[in-house]
Amino acid sequence: MTSPDLLDALREWATLLARLRQFFDERGLLEVQTPLARAYAVTDPYQRCFSVIDPANEGVVAGYLQPSPESAMKQLLAAGSGSIYQICKAFRAGESGSNHRTEFTLLEWYRVGYDHRQLMEEVAELVNQLLGPLPVERITWRESFVRYADIDPVVAEPEALNARLPGSMRITTLDVSDEGQRRKLLDRLLVSRIEPNLGRNCMTFLYDYPADQAALARVRSEPWPVASRFELYIDGLEIANGFHELKDSAEQRQRFEYDNRQRQRDANVEVALDEPLLSCLDRLPDCAGVALGVDRLMKISTGADSLVAGSPP
Amino acid sequence: MASYSTNEFRSGLKVMIENDPCEIVENEFVKPGKGQAFSRVRLRNLKTGRMWERTYKSGESVEAADVLDTDMEFLYSDDDAWWFMNPATYDQVSADSAAVGDNAVWLKPQDSCTVTLWNDVPIAISPPNHVVLKVVETDPGLKGDTAQGGSKPATLETGAVVRVPLFVEEGDLLKVDTRKGEYISRAKE
Repeated sequence: MTSPDLLDALREWATLLARLRQFFDERGLLEVQTPLARAYAVTDPYQRCFSVIDPANEGVVAGYLQPSPESAMKQLLAAGSGSIYQICKAFRAGESGSNHRTEFTLLEWYRVGYDHRQLMEEVAELVNQLLGPLPVERITWRESFVRYADIDPVVAEPEALNARLPGSMRITTLDVSDEGQRRKLLDRLLVSRIEPNLGRNCMTFLYDYPADQAALARVRSEPWPVASRFELYIDGLEIANGFHELKDSAEQRQRFEYDNRQRQRDANVEVALDEPLLSCLDRLPDCAGVALGVDRLMKISTGADSLVAGSPP
Repeated sequence: MASYSTNEFRSGLKVMIENDPCEIVENEFVKPGKGQAFSRVRLRNLKTGRMWERTYKSGESVEAADVLDTDMEFLYSDDDAWWFMNPATYDQVSADSAAVGDNAVWLKPQDSCTVTLWNDVPIAISPPNHVVLKVVETDPGLKGDTAQGGSKPATLETGAVVRVPLFVEEGDLLKVDTRKGEYISRAKE
C-alpha cells in the first residue's frame, strides 16, 4: 500500500467511525467502553478466546480477550444505563480468512424496550444511511431453506439434508448417534445453498432461528420453538447478529451448562460460567441488542476483496 | 509423515488426498453464525491436473505430500522416457509419458524446465513459457507476403504443429508460447 492509499484508507475508516457515532448520538444512545479482557471466556463450543498471560507470572491466566462486549454491556444495562452502544475491538482465536480476522472491530448496541423486530428496523436505517438506500428483505430461517434448498429444515431427515448438499460438502457416513450432526448439516446447507442468495441488491434479514441456535436470545413457542434472533446479510455476507435478549438467568445457565457438556464431549474441557453475567440477567431490562462487523461493512462499502480497511499495511 | 492442520492451509501447500499428491489452490475459512468453523478447499491433483473440492472441519489434519518443484535441464528422450538433469548436482531423473503428457512436444534438449518431483519421482513437467524451435515442414512461403493475414500449419522439430503466418519457411526458427501453443515471432539462432 502506497502512502496516499494508506492515508485514504485511514480517512475512510475514521469517517465511518464518526458517522456511526453520529447516528447513535443523534438518537440519544450513550457510548460506553467495557473491558476487552475479562475473567471469563464464553461457553460457546465453537468459539475460542485468547487468554491473557502476565509474563512475570507464567502460566497463570489473568483473563480472556472478549469475543464480543455482550456480557459487560448487559451488566451496564442491568445497572440502569439505558440504551447504550460501543465500538470496540473483539477477538476470536483461530478465525482467519478473507471474511474473518482474529482481531476485528465490532459495533454493538442495545435498545431498552425494543424487541428484535424493532431493532431490525433500526439496523436497516443505519445501513441505509451508510451504504445508500437498499430494499429490505425479511425471510425466516425456515423459509429460506424451503426457498433456496427446497427442503423443510425442521422436519427433514439427515439423509435428505445431506443429499441437498453439494458433493464436496456431504458427510460421507452419517452417524445417527452423533447429536451434533443435524446441526452440522444445517450449517453446511446454510453456507452453501442459502447464504449466497441473501442480500443480493438488497439487505436480507434472516430471522427466527431454531431454538437450539438461540445463544443468548429469547425462545418463543410460536409458530414453532424459535429463537428471537436475526442476522443481516449483504452481498451474501453476514454483517450483523441480533437478539431479543433473554433475561431469565436459570434458562441462560441451562444453555451454558449444555454448551459445557458439548465442550466436554468434543475436547474434554469446560469453561467457568460467567457468573457476573448470570447474576445480572434477572435485573436486565426488556431489550434487544445487535453486534455488527464494522470491517465487513467497510469491505462492502469499498468493494474490497478482504477485510483490510483501516489496518496498517 | 508431517501433516498440516486446517489453520496452516494456504494456497500452494502440497497435501495427500486419497493417496494422490495435491496442491491447495484456494482455502476459504467459513464459520456459520454460531456454528462450527470449517475450511472449503479447492485442490489440484498434481498427477492428473484435475480440480477437487473438499470440506474439512477446523482443526482437522491432512498428510503433507513430499512434493518439490525443481528447475532441471531437459537432456533427451528415448522410447518412453524423458531424461532431465539437475544442473547443480548433475543428478538425472527420467519422467514417463504420464508425467510429461502433452508437453512432450515443447521439450528441446538443453532447455530448462520445471520438474515436479513427488518422493523424488517426476509427476509433472512444465516447459519454459517460450521456446525457440525450428520449422521442419510447411507449405512454401509466399514471397513478399509479410503483412497480410492468413495462416498455415507448420511442423516443428519436436513434432509440435502450430499455425504460422504465410511467410514462414522451412528452416526458420520460431518463438512459440507453450501455454497456448501459439506462434509469437521468428527468432534468430
